[in-house]
Amino acid sequence: MEKVKVEGLNAYFSNIHALKGINISIKEKKVTAIIGPSGCGKSTFIRCINRLHEVVPHAKVSGRILFDGKDIYSSAIDPIEIRRRIGMVFQRPNPFPVLSIYDNVAAGLKLNGMKRKDDLDEIVEKTLKMAALWDEVKNKLNASGVSLSGGQQQRLCIARTLAVKPEVILFDEPCSALDPISTAKIEELIFQLKENYTIIIVTHNMQQAARVSDYTSFFLLGELVEFGKTQDIFTAPKDKRTEAYITGRFG
Amino acid sequence: MNIYKRRKIINAFMCSATFICATITLLPLISIFIYVLSKGASSLNISFFTHLPRPVGEPGGGMGNAILGTLTLIGLTCLWAIPVGVLSGVYLAEFGNNKFGAVVRFSADLLNGVPSIVIGIFAYILFVVPMKTFSALSGAFALGLIMIPTVMRTTEEILLLVPRTIREAALALGISQFRMTISIVLKTALPGIVTGILLAIARIAGETAPLLFTALGNEFWQRGIMQPIAAMPLQIFAYAISPFDDWHRQAWAASFVLITIIFLMNFISRLVIYLQRKSLKAK
Ligand SMILES: Nc1ncnc2c1ncn2[C@@H]1O[C@H](COP(=O)(O)OP(=O)(O)OP(=O)(O)O)[C@@H](O)[C@H]1O
Ligand SMILES: [Mg+2]
Repeated sequence: MEKVKVEGLNAYFSNIHALKGINISIKEKKVTAIIGPSGCGKSTFIRCINRLHEVVPHAKVSGRILFDGKDIYSSAIDPIEIRRRIGMVFQRPNPFPVLSIYDNVAAGLKLNGMKRKDDLDEIVEKTLKMAALWDEVKNKLNASGVSLSGGQQQRLCIARTLAVKPEVILFDEPCSALDPISTAKIEELIFQLKENYTIIIVTHNMQQAARVSDYTSFFLLGELVEFGKTQDIFTAPKDKRTEAYITGRFG
Repeated sequence: MNIYKRRKIINAFMCSATFICATITLLPLISIFIYVLSKGASSLNISFFTHLPRPVGEPGGGMGNAILGTLTLIGLTCLWAIPVGVLSGVYLAEFGNNKFGAVVRFSADLLNGVPSIVIGIFAYILFVVPMKTFSALSGAFALGLIMIPTVMRTTEEILLLVPRTIREAALALGISQFRMTISIVLKTALPGIVTGILLAIARIAGETAPLLFTALGNEFWQRGIMQPIAAMPLQIFAYAISPFDDWHRQAWAASFVLITIIFLMNFISRLVIYLQRKSLKAK
């Protein structure tokens, strides 16, 4: 089943043409990895999927992105609803500095009107456990979110995203600030999440892409060079440039 | 002379120059405080805070009405100037990236530069003349016009310091822009905004000119916001230009109290910030 279908997507920053005619279809409850050299438009691409690209001043988008068959860029669609159903974990950890650890996780629910303490407690604990952070923070849930280490902050941001129960989760290099043990935990988490969520993950780490993903797409200079089953991309890439990139000859 | 030695001397000279200039800014404050303290503290007693002024020649009496009047004026001003100032600051920071925003920004800066006596006259024409009475309300209107541009511009500046990554994090959770602004951005910026507000209050607490044509002053206890009201700066002004020694002493005492109120306000604002930070640190 396809969850997200991107058709002829172009994205711009004022006069920079960052994405050029991207077509891709993302399968439901699978992990799709996005690889490519720095600056090729990976972050821009996933930020188009949750309509976050347009909040950058002078940024523009054209083309269609179908989410469960409906174009998220049609004027009848509220971007707020899209962002609730398509969650995102950013490249750099960005917890809310004035909120406690607990409130960081509960923010998406609380600020959308959920008040019952019991329910919130349960979700906070559950998502912190899923993000492999619970044991480290269970005794200081009232401490500030920024009192954690960088890697802990990133797991806090993952818990925060999970708490609003999105259908799709966009990960922008979620492990770039993590040590190997936390990285392994996150990969394990992604494996579990796949049961219920559709996942798109940007990564610079080829082994990671090979380990966690079912599909892989290779971006270069704002274009989608190749897209296919991860196994095929890594063992028998069709495009020379893909082969060069994954064997480490450039990028 | 060898070039390194010369550079060293110039360096030492410039460093001391910065230090001396920094000290020069410190001196007036300290000397004002010491001077006002030495002149005014001796006239302070309980009745200064609780009694009405006495006619010339009669000893004793106080400025209870002026102290209460100043606090009332500050309260009334804050009631309308803080919401207007903060919300317009929010507009400028969050939505004001357009022509209208630029116009608002520019006029706020101009309003900030309008002499306070002119603002007093404006409030006089707009409020006092049609209502046919001097009043606390017209005073609060004039003071508000002085307070709003400061509150608005500090709010805007502080809000713009909140990193866009924080805003994006909130938006990505499906939080509406309004909710994000109130519960995340404003909260993050709160200590800075509170400081800006307290500094603006400290400034209007001592304003005299805008009150001359509006609040007017009152020798008695206030009787509602539609009546003339006493204020410490007005009282200081009236007493200081009088020929009586007794009144001069009272004016010094009032100056001392006014300065102390302003100091306290600065101190409290810092305390608030400190406590807020501390309560968020790891427990
Ligand atoms: N805010 C911005 N304003 C202008 N140009 C931008 C902005 N953000 C990104 N770009 C440009 O858009 C292009 C794509 O950037 P993007 O952040 O999507 O790259 P990326 O593939 O995520 O890179 P990395 O792996 O380093 O994160 C780059 O050429 C970049 O210079
Ligand atoms: Mg990126």
